[in-house]
Amino acid sequence: MPILYLKNTFTDIGDATLFTKKFFKEVFIPPYETKEFFKQCYLIGYKSLPLVALTGFIMGLVLTLQTRPTLATFGAESWLPGMVALSLIREIAPVITALICAGKISSGIGAELGSMKVTEQIDAMEVAAINPFKYLVVTRILATTLMVPLLVIFADAIGILGGYAGITIHSDVNAYRYISQVFQSLGFIDIIPATIKTFFFGFFIGMIGCYKGFNAANGTESVGKAANSAVVTASLTIFIIDMLAVQITDLFF
Amino acid sequence: MKSEQENIVQTLTPNKRTPIIEIKDLHKSFGNNAVLKGINLTVNKGEDLVILGRSGEGKSITIKCIVGLVIPDKGNISVLGEEIIGLKRNELNKIRVKIGFLFQSGALYDSMSVRENLEFTLRRYSKQLSTQEIETEIIDVLESVGLADAIDKMPSELSGGMRKRIGLARTLILKPEIILYDEPTTGLDTITSKEISELIVDIKQKRKTTSIIITHDMSCAKLTADRVMILKDGIIHAEGKYKELEKSKDEWVRSFFI
Ligand SMILES: Nc1ncnc2c1ncn2[C@@H]1O[C@H](COP(=O)(O)OP(=O)(O)OP(=O)(O)O)[C@@H](O)[C@H]1O
Ligand SMILES: [Mg+2]
Repeated sequence: MPILYLKNTFTDIGDATLFTKKFFKEVFIPPYETKEFFKQCYLIGYKSLPLVALTGFIMGLVLTLQTRPTLATFGAESWLPGMVALSLIREIAPVITALICAGKISSGIGAELGSMKVTEQIDAMEVAAINPFKYLVVTRILATTLMVPLLVIFADAIGILGGYAGITIHSDVNAYRYISQVFQSLGFIDIIPATIKTFFFGFFIGMIGCYKGFNAANGTESVGKAANSAVVTASLTIFIIDMLAVQITDLFF
Repeated sequence: MKSEQENIVQTLTPNKRTPIIEIKDLHKSFGNNAVLKGINLTVNKGEDLVILGRSGEGKSITIKCIVGLVIPDKGNISVLGEEIIGLKRNELNKIRVKIGFLFQSGALYDSMSVRENLEFTLRRYSKQLSTQEIETEIIDVLESVGLADAIDKMPSELSGGMRKRIGLARTLILKPEIILYDEPTTGLDTITSKEISELIVDIKQKRKTTSIIITHDMSCAKLTADRVMILKDGIIHAEGKYKELEKSKDEWVRSFFI
């Protein structure tokens, strides 16, 4: 049984790799599905803004409230803005936002493409001489790769705002001073690697959702399965990429 | 002697004898499940061929092979004189636009309205058409399936019969030379079934198309068939005119016609 499980996992990884290879092959060949790409950017990016804003704000707020007592014992409360900003931008905002996107976007794509597969809509495109991989997959992967980093930057900003809200609960800090403290503590070293990894998060969120949906088996219950396993796989992948990214950053900087 | 006779017939009525779809020795298995075990069939120009067979006999698989949705294990398929097995996507697409395929479920794009479903398909192949011309084409084709007032509806708002007809409209809008119907009347009431069957006959007469019609509905077969084939155990078990098969000596064949 475990051997079979292992075998299936490796077959899956192999298939997903071929799927990715196909993406890189198709993405450069015209015609480009620009209209669908922008539509997906709108659906994936713009439509996720409220959710990302809310979670971002709460992250900043909670992080500030939780860190404050520890810093207070050392009398280092003035470090609070810098510390919150650093943890948010380096780690918490990218990972939490990516996980939320895995839950919302990856599963959404998995379910959408899965149901299109099951109801023969993908076959219908194929026979109408429309390349469904280009139209459905390439556009979605590109959109997530581009939109997830933007969402993370947005979450960073809102998170820092939430941090300010957390600070004002206990003390009267001037907003201008707070912001300048935040920026003083941040260097390119904190921002660049964290932003680079979000492109990978975005890519895998789209890729896994598309892969699971596009390869859904026949029958309606496989739609649910595709959505579910898209979330699980994407979340796991996000943690693995994050671990690798931290190791690599550690090595070079 | 016989071939001479055939030659004469061919020269006299060229249309009737031009093979449009030719399938030779088609095999397809899924794992251990051998579905097609050597299908041979020819459809001539302007002909409506009905394929009968029990559920799961591989009727849908056969016509999916014709459009390259399913890759057979063995065999040859030529469509409009061109061998399609092993064609590259671009070359295959040139043939695909000449073939309309009506899916068993209609397969309308759920996220698009009826208008968008039709426009999406048309716009890619008629890039030079103006918005006005596209609109006219859409309305024309919707009128021909009798659903002009459904133009702004979403697929989820349509009944099963309407979905099939919109699916048919989406197929017709590219003006195909060949139409493959997968169970066009299944799941519909008798009256709607008859309407769709008549629509199929109408399309053939007006547009001079060549078709394969898969069906379980004998009244549809009776109305539409120029010739009938019955699939059994992965091969063509019987072939002939509707009237001939109805009176076949083979009891199993006759059992379809009761
Ligand atoms: N993707 C697939 N994987 C495995 N087996 C398949 C697949 N598609 C079809 N089959 C098998 O092939 C056989 C023929 O399927 P097909 O859809 O052609 O049947 P059919 O004659 O159209 O039946 P129906 O009248 O119910 O539509 C079935 O036994 C089915 O189990
Ligand atoms: Mg079928």
